[in-house]
Amino acid sequence: MSADPTQVLAFETDCHIFSGCGFPGPGLHSFLFEPIFGDADSNVYFNKTMLLALLGTVIIVGFFWAAFRKPKVVPGKLQMVAEAGYDFVRRGIVYETLGKREGEKYVPLMVSIFFFVWMMNLWSIIPLAQFPVTSIIAYPAGLAAIVYVLWMSITFKRHGFVGGFKNLTGYDKSLGPVLPLVMVIEFFSNVLVRPFTHAVRLFANMFAGHTLLLLFTIASWYLLNGIGIAYAGVSFVMVIVMTAFELFIQAVQAYVFVLLACSFIQGAVAEHH
Amino acid sequence: MNPLVQLAAEKPENPLVPPIPELVIGLIAFVIVFGFLAKKLLPNINKVLDERREAIEGGIEKADAAQTEAQSVLEQYKAQLAEARHEAARLRQEAQEQGAVILQEMRAEGQRQREEIIAAGHAQIEADRKAAASALRQDVGKLATDLAGKLVGESLEDHARQSRTIDRFLDELEAKAEAVR
Repeated sequence: MSADPTQVLAFETDCHIFSGCGFPGPGLHSFLFEPIFGDADSNVYFNKTMLLALLGTVIIVGFFWAAFRKPKVVPGKLQMVAEAGYDFVRRGIVYETLGKREGEKYVPLMVSIFFFVWMMNLWSIIPLAQFPVTSIIAYPAGLAAIVYVLWMSITFKRHGFVGGFKNLTGYDKSLGPVLPLVMVIEFFSNVLVRPFTHAVRLFANMFAGHTLLLLFTIASWYLLNGIGIAYAGVSFVMVIVMTAFELFIQAVQAYVFVLLACSFIQGAVAEHH
Repeated sequence: MNPLVQLAAEKPENPLVPPIPELVIGLIAFVIVFGFLAKKLLPNINKVLDERREAIEGGIEKADAAQTEAQSVLEQYKAQLAEARHEAARLRQEAQEQGAVILQEMRAEGQRQREEIIAAGHAQIEADRKAAASALRQDVGKLATDLAGKLVGESLEDHARQSRTIDRFLDELEAKAEAVR
């Protein structure tokens, strides 16, 4: 087994249509990387996604360090851009869902999550990297777990054990005989499914986006033979269109992830009947 | 065959099961981002945003204060101007009144002086007339006696007799004059 991670790029092979070679379509193997060092079996290793995650961290911290280390009352260009991003999350998401008074203390967390997720998504279309870190479930799962622990603890801190339980199960006496059924469904939906969908929504979007990009990119290369060349052009146009679309989806998914996190907290602090 | 395809086939992994090392690295990466933003960078920018808001609000407040002050100064000036006009009118009125009084006084004084001068003139004339009358009386007496002496040839030296005669003559003369008047 070769340790060369570049082997994952299917178009580095000489496989083309009409040359007796099957289409090397993307699959789960597209999301596996040979470790840069360490051993994949030992659980102690370092691979491309980890490298991108750490690089992304450096970029985010570096960007905000440069912008906000010595902020000025009359901002420069960089500070203005960073302020716009900060303000978007603060006003556009946190204050909108939680209100200024309740939401103020969650602003740093939400800003961090937003830019972290966005940066990790952005790797998908950054040349040479071209892999969304968030398409590995571990990264969205970690963030979703943080949010889950946060809003669960808020729920029980605010309402006590019984109140918290009522909050989680949507307890409402006016429902009458269907109340037990509703409570079971609500509990299942809020406590078990919610963190899972929170993480998977982001993961699956980036996973699918990367697969689509791979599909058209590999196809562009694979079709470069005989009449296939005409179709390769179409496929390449699709690569560009999908790249632009991914750029949009990356921001939307970061936004949705934070918006959901805020609405979970909002549900936790809300007074229930 | 691609070695990763091989790997995927050999070790079928569920993409929904998070690999622990990546989970750890992901959490570490996020904690680093969160630490920097929450502990240092966002408080920094919040402070500056507050300062900016204060600067803007402070500017508005200052402008308001200046406006109010300008208004009060304007009113003060208007009040002073009105007072000055009033004062001027009062002074003019007073001056007119004083002028009238002075004119009145001067007129009265002039009148008084004129009367004094007239009275003094009358007294002088009276005194002159009396002096003239007495001088004339002596002169006339002397001339008359001289003339009578020459005519009579006799000196009417006797003073007493002479005086009696003259006085008698003059009295007659005066009585005649009185009668005529």
